[in-house]
Amino acid sequence: MLRDSILGFWHILRAMGVTIRYFFTKPVTVQYPKEPVKLYPRFRARHQLLRYEDGPYQGLERCIGCALCAAYCPTQCIYVQAEENLEGVQRSPGERYAAIYEINLLRCMFCGYCEEACPTGAIVMRRQFALADYSRQSLIYTQDRLLEAANPNAIILNDQE
Amino acid sequence: MDWVADFWIPVIKAIVVALVLLTGSAYMTWGERKICARFQVRYGPNRAGPFGILQPLADGVKAIFKEEIIPNLPSRQDKVIYVMAPGLSFAAVLITFAVIPFGPEVDLFGKQVGLWIGDVNAGLLFLLAVAGLGSYGVVLGGWSSNNKYSLLGALRAAAQMISYELPMGLALVSIVVIVGSLNLNRIVEFQGNWPLVALQPIGVLLFLIAILAESNRSPFDLPETENELISGFMTEYGGIKFALYYIAEYAAMVVNSAIVATVFLGGWKWPAVLSNLHPLVGVALFLAKVTFVLFLFVWIRTSVPRVRYDKFMRFCWKFMVPLALINLAVTAVVVALC
Repeated sequence: MLRDSILGFWHILRAMGVTIRYFFTKPVTVQYPKEPVKLYPRFRARHQLLRYEDGPYQGLERCIGCALCAAYCPTQCIYVQAEENLEGVQRSPGERYAAIYEINLLRCMFCGYCEEACPTGAIVMRRQFALADYSRQSLIYTQDRLLEAANPNAIILNDQE
Repeated sequence: MDWVADFWIPVIKAIVVALVLLTGSAYMTWGERKICARFQVRYGPNRAGPFGILQPLADGVKAIFKEEIIPNLPSRQDKVIYVMAPGLSFAAVLITFAVIPFGPEVDLFGKQVGLWIGDVNAGLLFLLAVAGLGSYGVVLGGWSSNNKYSLLGALRAAAQMISYELPMGLALVSIVVIVGSLNLNRIVEFQGNWPLVALQPIGVLLFLIAILAESNRSPFDLPETENELISGFMTEYGGIKFALYYIAEYAAMVVNSAIVATVFLGGWKWPAVLSNLHPLVGVALFLAKVTFVLFLFVWIRTSVPRVRYDKFMRFCWKFMVPLALINLAVTAVVVALC
């Protein structure tokens, strides 16, 4: 009995020693909106539709409306409707362009298969992760919103870290 | 004119002490969350004001404006008890502080004013009596809630408080044997050179464990175990009544820490070299000691998991009470021989 209580007392003291060590360490909390979060380089979040930045097609949309992404999408969250490019008013370099391009982010599971399926590299997944919104409708991203670049408040870590 | 001052000075002292104690307890909730967070490598509340300093205010405003819910109770009398119980719990804690001296006599506007509310000659007895009263609030609250979890929590609280008052009282009796007085001012004066913790190392441990149980603090927070009793006697309480219970718990912590500081750590007196400089130094010493004990409370909470109920009761009756009795006997023999 006496041995047990002395031992118990010693164990409690040791437990308190462990906790006081952590009392003097810096909190691990990231104060997110104020401080940037750390993201890994292969982190996938919201999609972005790209344009050609240089070369003969500069300024045109990369998407040619082939809908391979929509076909490949496991959750069928992508909707593409293509139309023919007219002479002089081209939106994309090919014969057709995406007249309607929508991604339902409520369904999307961010697997990145659309990125893999795309023959022209038009759709990529970027790191904008703060996607909360007030209505279902506003989470169905339309083409103009997908064309906007989005830069989250984040530090991208090296691959090695 | 003299009788006017004699009447008003205690009243003003009582009001000031009550307000300071209330604010202190409210800030203890903030302090605990903050300290607890740092132990868990978090920041804790930091949204309301700098360092979350306005958090107690925000919590208080929220609690006041909450809808008042009274459960469907069988009779009107139960409702009266239901509403009264948190207040009873809270009042008992506030009254306890009346006999604790927090500073020496000071010269205020040409009048000698002692920094205590009541200089009661049986102060320790008063402390124990009123502390016992506090369990009524818990028991009545749990009983009048008409809820099995509340009732179980209240039963546990009653058993726990009654059991742990024994070692608590016995630890204090050893002090009385040494000092030869129940008056808290005398006890403080006695500790000018050495705090009583030096003479009563086992006594202070017993007392600390007992007040952890008395104020329902982890690891002895069995009346409100979240996982088995969904916060026990407080289950059916909401809004300001819940806040009153909550603040009573923290005020009990503050008061119990004040008792430890007064009886074992030398109150405002020890070390006399410092407290003789200025009365305010004495008050600061007292506050520092209270803060230290409060920190100890939170420290223990973060370090030790909750004890099982049967082990908890066995620990009291089969270990603490005999140890307290042995401690008392040894103290009495030593005092008689010296």
